[in-house]
Amino acid sequence: MPSLPASPPPHRLWRWAAIVAAVAGTAAAFGYVGGWLAPGRLTAQRLVDQLQSGGVHPGFRRNHAKGVCVTGYFEGNGQASAYSTASVFASERTPVVGRFAIPGGNPYAPDASVPIRSMALRFTLPNGQQWRTGMNSMPVFPVATPQAFYEQLKAQQPDPATGKPDPARLAAFFAAHPETAAFRAWAKSAKPSASYASESYWGLDAFEFVDGAGVRHAVRWRMAPQDAADADATAPAGDPDYLEADLRRRLTQGPLRWRLLVTLAAPGDPTDDATKTWPADRREVDAGTLVLQGTEPQDSGPCRDINYDPLVLPAGIEASDDPLLPARSAAYADSYLRRTSEEAHLPGTATAPSHPEHQP
Amino acid sequence: MNAPSDRFVWPARLLHWLMAALILAMLFIGVGMVASVSERHAWLLRIHKPLGIAILLLAVLRLGVRLRHPPPPLPADLPALQRLAAHASHWLLYVLMLALPLVGWAMLSAGGYPVMLSESLRLPSIFPAGPTAFAVLRHLHAWLALLLFLTFLAHLGAALYHGLIRRDGVLSSMAGLRRSEPPASPQSPQLLLSQDDAVASTPSVPLADGATGSSGDSLPP
Repeated sequence: MPSLPASPPPHRLWRWAAIVAAVAGTAAAFGYVGGWLAPGRLTAQRLVDQLQSGGVHPGFRRNHAKGVCVTGYFEGNGQASAYSTASVFASERTPVVGRFAIPGGNPYAPDASVPIRSMALRFTLPNGQQWRTGMNSMPVFPVATPQAFYEQLKAQQPDPATGKPDPARLAAFFAAHPETAAFRAWAKSAKPSASYASESYWGLDAFEFVDGAGVRHAVRWRMAPQDAADADATAPAGDPDYLEADLRRRLTQGPLRWRLLVTLAAPGDPTDDATKTWPADRREVDAGTLVLQGTEPQDSGPCRDINYDPLVLPAGIEASDDPLLPARSAAYADSYLRRTSEEAHLPGTATAPSHPEHQP
Repeated sequence: MNAPSDRFVWPARLLHWLMAALILAMLFIGVGMVASVSERHAWLLRIHKPLGIAILLLAVLRLGVRLRHPPPPLPADLPALQRLAAHASHWLLYVLMLALPLVGWAMLSAGGYPVMLSESLRLPSIFPAGPTAFAVLRHLHAWLALLLFLTFLAHLGAALYHGLIRRDGVLSSMAGLRRSEPPASPQSPQLLLSQDDAVASTPSVPLADGATGSSGDSLPP
């Protein structure tokens, strides 16, 4: 290897400046892309920070913290196979690990404190691929974008003085977000159900089914209960945890069933706006039956360590252009990292105080 | 190209520059995707996994090339501390190139995720599922990535230091398409050597002699 030039190079100072500029410039670009130098950007971390602004419950999900595991299977009937190659829709059984929950970050919230229930499912396909979905018992989402969701969370944040959201802030938020109208209309008549079993659960976001010819079909799906007879039953007073008790009682009497109904969009139906339902006359396919047979507490059950990321999809199902989907995926991942870190007792994570019986 | 050569063998140079681009892109994709809730998050994630496996395969190939073809010796007058830093940082880069994809793969396995490289191509799980393992591996993945980025910055700074300040032929041993015999004349095309020139000229600094300076750094022994 040739050795040194005898004399120092000319413009030595500028050469050093060029080196420093190259290194510092790369570091700054990294810092900007990574969000550290972009404090105004909405990130998953900021979303989840806002979700847990009411208090951290170590080890629990940052939203839909209170819930219960369920197990069973999905039995496809082949009718959706014309639209999606996913084997889950063929006439076969796919094992399912699911979770019922209520929204909010408090794992001890009374079941009657909120009119929404959720159903999350993980289907494990024979080829090792998975389909994960999180659904809610309402037909529309309040907002269409992650930014609006973040603002909604901020508007709903309890005032430290009263412990309740500031009505003026909420009103200002709704006034600034007319897209919330459909959800608010639904919420007006919604009341907390007495059972998870009597509810319908909507996927809310649009997805795309891909058929054997590679053709894409925009879809939404929902789970419709086989037995919605007592959907209007009033929740028992006195027991804040009646949903889990009701579920256990029902499952001792036999499995619970839902039909998976897939709605096919017509050209022009919005796929990027979960605040808007599609017209009622859209083609609906009965894709099969979800059969739930068992339930376990979430602190020891098989759903505990599952992140119900709606973008974990098998071949034959793909994301749509709905902007909520990547935000859900990113925020769920951050929530999952926080709670697993707490469970691992990693340094710097919150530790659970009491409630050993609730330790997930 | 008889040993000891004053530059890296061509497969080593090809792999170096290809992987430099891939790894730098990967580092930015990684920090970008975890800091985004937009559709960028989803498509960066889709690139991240197959790209990580591609880097793992290329790193294995590159390690083989490196072991078979020792690199050109460092300049004899390089201070011992710099010599140590050069060797340590290069082996650290090799370790990280191999470890980061494996940790990422193990982390997804531990999280119970199917490791999907495309819509339908799935890699097997390489680690038992468990929340503690997931959390440890997920943090390890981030910290190792940060370490790789810092090592890259040191590597970049050192390469430019060799090319611009010491002008001792170390940078051109990896950058050069330069012929090893005659000192290249300023008129001759020096395609990849523009590494030196580009850095010297981008800050719009009067470094008109940067080009001749860098060909000066390739004086034959």
